[in-house]
Amino acid sequence: MGWNLVRIWTVLVYLFMFLPVAVVVLLSFNASQFGSFPMTGFSFRWFVELAQNEAILRAFRTSIVLGLLTAMISTTLGVLASLALVRYRVPGSNLISTLLIAPILVPEVVLAVALLLFLNFLQINKSFTLLLLGHVIFTLPFVILVVQARLVSIKRDVEEAAMSLGASPRQTFFQITLPLMLPAVLAGALFAFTISFDDITGTLFWKPGGVETVPTQIFAMLRNSISPEINALGTVMIVMTVGLPLLGLAIARQVAKKSGG
Amino acid sequence: MSSVTLNNIVKRFGNFTAVHQSSLEIPEGAFITLLGPSGCGKTTNLRMIAGLLDPSEGEILIGGKRVNDVPIHKRNLGLVFQNYALFPHKTVAENVAFGLKYRDVPTEEIPKRVQDALDLVQLPNVGDRYPKELSGGQQQRIALARAIVIEPDVLLLDEPLSALDANLREDMRVELKRIQERIGVTTVFVTHDQSEALAMSDQIVVMSEGRVEQVGAPEEVYNTPASEFVANFLGASNILESRCTGTGDGVAIDAPIFGQMTIPAEKAPRITGEGPAKLVVRAEKLQLSDQPAPDGSVSVPATVETVDYQGQAVRYFVRAGDTQLQAINMIDGHPFAEGAEVHLHLRPQDCAALPG
Repeated sequence: MGWNLVRIWTVLVYLFMFLPVAVVVLLSFNASQFGSFPMTGFSFRWFVELAQNEAILRAFRTSIVLGLLTAMISTTLGVLASLALVRYRVPGSNLISTLLIAPILVPEVVLAVALLLFLNFLQINKSFTLLLLGHVIFTLPFVILVVQARLVSIKRDVEEAAMSLGASPRQTFFQITLPLMLPAVLAGALFAFTISFDDITGTLFWKPGGVETVPTQIFAMLRNSISPEINALGTVMIVMTVGLPLLGLAIARQVAKKSGG
Repeated sequence: MSSVTLNNIVKRFGNFTAVHQSSLEIPEGAFITLLGPSGCGKTTNLRMIAGLLDPSEGEILIGGKRVNDVPIHKRNLGLVFQNYALFPHKTVAENVAFGLKYRDVPTEEIPKRVQDALDLVQLPNVGDRYPKELSGGQQQRIALARAIVIEPDVLLLDEPLSALDANLREDMRVELKRIQERIGVTTVFVTHDQSEALAMSDQIVVMSEGRVEQVGAPEEVYNTPASEFVANFLGASNILESRCTGTGDGVAIDAPIFGQMTIPAEKAPRITGEGPAKLVVRAEKLQLSDQPAPDGSVSVPATVETVDYQGQAVRYFVRAGDTQLQAINMIDGHPFAEGAEVHLHLRPQDCAALPG
């Protein structure tokens, strides 16, 4: 009896969490003019319209370029910062570590407004570069957390062995350390991409006029009406932000298996 | 192959001095062991020779050349760690070949060199496997192969047997010594295990609290300890506060329990004249018997207090007067029971003496 209650409760919680998502996905295949029930038939119509909507395509391109650049920069910086913090005795490394992680802890709105006011103070105009900068700031902590955790588990002995065999510190990094931390580096890059692709709060504050990412585009469209196109766009977003990390995880697991964990 | 010299090496970590003024001369081709409890500075010394740590003072010479400023990857050393430190993402053959890539070895010669090294450690058929597919003992052999394939000037072994279980450790001990003798490389071996040190070394360097306590051949260190620390660290010893009453034909010692005895001068090289002295009686030199000694041995009555049965040997704690002594005897028939009245036999030439 008691267990059944728990089961029912669990199912209800999951329904509450995922039903709206499922409804969006379901409705994106609705043939009807209106983005709501009842469904009148199965159709890819809204996806086709989506693919022909110039504004959405532009937003998509922006989001992908922004996401890729964010992932590249964040991962590079994150790997370097992790190496410095884990492998070298940097003065004030605890403080630096806390500061680098801080963007996770500060509410995003606060961070967004702060950066905006700061730019205002410096009399710098909003631009794509600054948007990118903002995304790097708050994806960096995720990369650092993931990469640091992996780096700690790579024994110093292995690197010392490589150096004793004649590899310079640089060769040791590329031959030994980097391959061993590759799963974490890939995971970090993926995190950075997904978070950047998903972000709306910071982006709304930082984006220059005329530039839209997918989330801000959806937001703008919603202000007018709930078009069935939005359901289709939502479905694409779900596939990208859920599917990509799962794919990445699978790849990372394969790499890890090959490199002996 | 090269000799290694440490000249007045000091290593400080902040306010803590890990190694005090130690000097060491390791001849070419020798197998020398740095022995001591954890924290005695033996690993610090090894890491300074390897170039993983910089000495705070003093200089390190390899093959007569000062290497203080030579980084580790240019020192041409073989390094073997306690936990193998194999590259998990490379196959065994790639692991062994790793060091050859950074040397002027023609590419076509590499597979042969790798195979020779694998043959030498008696694992000729594992080249295609990954390290995690091998047992601990096998991994350590591969680590050894990887270190010697580059023909290092010096082989540095940092507790290489400590992670293995007891039986395997003894096999590897013999194996390691065989390989070292075969290739004749100067070897520095770090361990806290006295039996490894005694079995393998040409010379043992006993260290304690960052200082070298004694340097000598295994027999010398074992039989004529230079300090109370060495006497206690290598095997079990009874140390008795005594007096030296004269040096002439041997060293005359007046010891509690055993009374007056004369021990050979070479067993007490550090005693210069009359005065307080410490008598060192190794536990296995103290024989229990139910008869008084017939010959010139010292013989005193005692009572067995504790019996620690170990199979082929037995360790007794006995009480003679108000002093407790320990004795390790091979078992011939039945061991003595607790509470038994026995005679302790001791030959003076088996004792050593230190200045008090």
